[in-house]
Amino acid sequence: MKLRFTKIVIFVAALIPLARLAWKAFHGGLGANPIEVITHSTGDWTLILILTTLAITPLRKLTKQYWLIGVRRMIGLLAFFYGCLHFTTYTWLDKFFDWHEMIKDIAKRPFITMGFTAFVLLIPLALTSTRGWIRRLGRNWQRLHWLIYVAGIAAVIHYIWLVKADLRKPLQYALVLGVLLLYRIVVWALEARKKLAHPAVGRPTAEVTEV
Amino acid sequence: MLIKKPSDVPPSEITPKGVYLNRRRFIAGAAAAGAVAVAGVGLRELSRPGLTVSANTKIDGLQKSPFSTTEPQTPYKDVTNYNNFYEFSTDKYEPAGLAKDFKTRPWTVTIDGDVKKKQVLDIDAIIKMAAPEERIYRHRCVEGWSIVVPWVGFSLSELIKRADPLPKAKFVEFTTLYDPKQMPGQRVPVLQWPYVEGLRMDEAMHPLALLCFGMYGEVLPNQDGAPLRVVIPWKYGFKSAKSIVRIHFTGRQPMNSWQLSAPNEYGFYSNVNPNVDHPRWSQAKERRLGEFFKRPTLMFNGYDQVASLYTGMDLKKNF
Repeated sequence: MKLRFTKIVIFVAALIPLARLAWKAFHGGLGANPIEVITHSTGDWTLILILTTLAITPLRKLTKQYWLIGVRRMIGLLAFFYGCLHFTTYTWLDKFFDWHEMIKDIAKRPFITMGFTAFVLLIPLALTSTRGWIRRLGRNWQRLHWLIYVAGIAAVIHYIWLVKADLRKPLQYALVLGVLLLYRIVVWALEARKKLAHPAVGRPTAEVTEV
Repeated sequence: MLIKKPSDVPPSEITPKGVYLNRRRFIAGAAAAGAVAVAGVGLRELSRPGLTVSANTKIDGLQKSPFSTTEPQTPYKDVTNYNNFYEFSTDKYEPAGLAKDFKTRPWTVTIDGDVKKKQVLDIDAIIKMAAPEERIYRHRCVEGWSIVVPWVGFSLSELIKRADPLPKAKFVEFTTLYDPKQMPGQRVPVLQWPYVEGLRMDEAMHPLALLCFGMYGEVLPNQDGAPLRVVIPWKYGFKSAKSIVRIHFTGRQPMNSWQLSAPNEYGFYSNVNPNVDHPRWSQAKERRLGEFFKRPTLMFNGYDQVASLYTGMDLKKNF
């Protein structure tokens, strides 16, 4: 019951940025270059939500709030949703379905290549997020979903490569991502050492596989 | 997780009141400019000493220019609320607020280097050097957006002629004020401060090159480069140095700030050129603010009359 309520709160909260954008769009509040604002805002929120899903595991272990795993899928899907909006803004509002130009862009412009990579990697993750797919894929589900690390790294590089001179904001995202990845590396290293010391108890537990 | 909300458009900057005032100011300015044009008044009482000079101060006696485009002008509120002015902030929506208290008086401009008349000129003396003209120019940012602005000023050549450059002066270098107390963006080393830009002497002497101190019939707003800037309409926006304190004549090609920051991306010439892409994005099209569809970018931003300055030059190499 509590989890259900929390999920509703997170869901509504995650849609506020979109509602804000829409409200401003209809009230002429997006300033001189509305399409640029929409592109940046949807991109920002995709990145924030990707980093949020990556923060769930460390957070639940460090705070012992194990129920948090119950909201991770929804946050991941919300990240994908904002990613879709971001990608749609590019294809529709920016390029106006000029596929030829977009293909050229993806091939020629490293920051677009990176952004596109991140987006494409999110697609299988979203598709296999259902209970049925989790069951069907078994241990491979976990392996597939490690792609979120690659997508996160690609998304941050996408941002770093597109700014003109002021790297402060993309580097803030890079720092958060770095900390979240470092946590995994440390946990992995500690587990590996434990396994070496006590081979008998080195069996994977549910805890380990969730890293 | 504590991540700062992206600062896309703080509500404080789009208050209906501000928009209202801007719109009123724009209409008033347009009406005033129109009235002046109709009456054809030759009033030259520009910025009398002792008078406060701010963005709302009307400039009288504007002459029309044959260089003006008839394309629709970008709304005043867009040109004054969407500014690439890194001295204040790298966020285009912030200079409008951060430049509010910027002091443009007293203001002097140092003319030095290879000139006969090295001098320190008061801004109000510079403004009175020649009759103010309204020049409605297209302005194309290297980022891929463009605006149409009715600037006020006169040809840069008027000032250069008075400075009387020596034959060895081949380039003109503009330096923007360095004052981190007033310009918070300069407290961060995103570019090397002070901002430096430059032109080849023949480019600077071209009649299109504008020494600018106003727009929309009024004194230049702080966030648009007050009190004195240049406007070079056939080059990307960053070539049009703002809030100038020094005009230096030299035999050596100046190193402009953006070239210094990324030499593979920004060159000295930086002419608007749809055939030479920025290494990271295409320059073939641009978004005119206020328009939904992108439009093709024109060679030299449509100012073909400058083409002869570059005959025989490889513009791919000299980007």
